[in-house]
Amino acid sequence: MHDLIAITALGGLEPRVDTVAGTILSENPGLALASVHARMGHEDACRAHLADLLDGQVPEVGRTVLRDPEAAFWTGPDQWMVGAPFDTHEDLAAELKARFGDTASVSEQTDAWACFDLRGPGMAAVIELLCPINIRQMQTGDAQRTSIHHLGCFVLRRDPSDWVRILGPRASATSLHHAVLSAMRSAL
Amino acid sequence: MIINHPLLGPRDSSEFVYMGDASLIERPDPEAETAASDFVEYAYLRDNPASWLRELWFHEGGDRSWLVVTRNTVTHEISQVEMARDVARSKGRSK
Repeated sequence: MHDLIAITALGGLEPRVDTVAGTILSENPGLALASVHARMGHEDACRAHLADLLDGQVPEVGRTVLRDPEAAFWTGPDQWMVGAPFDTHEDLAAELKARFGDTASVSEQTDAWACFDLRGPGMAAVIELLCPINIRQMQTGDAQRTSIHHLGCFVLRRDPSDWVRILGPRASATSLHHAVLSAMRSAL
Repeated sequence: MIINHPLLGPRDSSEFVYMGDASLIERPDPEAETAASDFVEYAYLRDNPASWLRELWFHEGGDRSWLVVTRNTVTHEISQVEMARDVARSKGRSK
């Protein structure tokens, strides 16, 4: 058996936390992710499985369903990202595949994304500087994909509404972290 | 320039990538007797109208959907935006 040491997306042993003027950016390594894409002709059956998973709700365009343990957000037509705590759902993709069967294509996404939580009174000012989405118009539960420093990222507005979760490409986690932290220092 | 995405509403054109003439959806039948000339036309020949043009745009910095945008090449006015998959399916493509 290999004796491997788990590291976070930024390469540390512990998740990194930065605070600027009371607004906190924290790396979140505790998220398991899998994408679900309905197969052609099985759209309704796939939605039924998703609703079954999420207490009868399916995320509509630009929206999330925030709940525990599984949550989901809309990523495209007939396509969603499902997230859950990594500690309890490390095999999320396999669980979902067993549930959805041939109605959907499910892909493991956990190690594809780096997750950052940005929270505090300056959150909106920072997001405004980072990307072209209208963060002040977004409500709790809204999800948008946008570009942050040329990186395709998901921005999810959570509850309470001074909190956004940013999912960006894990291979560029340090660049994304640098971009967000620079914006915090600039805007706050 | 603002593109009115059919699902996501008005979005800045900087989020999109231009992917060419929408006639690219209509790939010729490779089994047809005229396939060679059909594909030359499909791959190389484009109309270049100074007026309305149907174009493919890819929402690269957004939900990654492909759109068919009807745009006036003179004024940049956009009269219609459709999901490319709906256009393709209505033409019997993407079976």
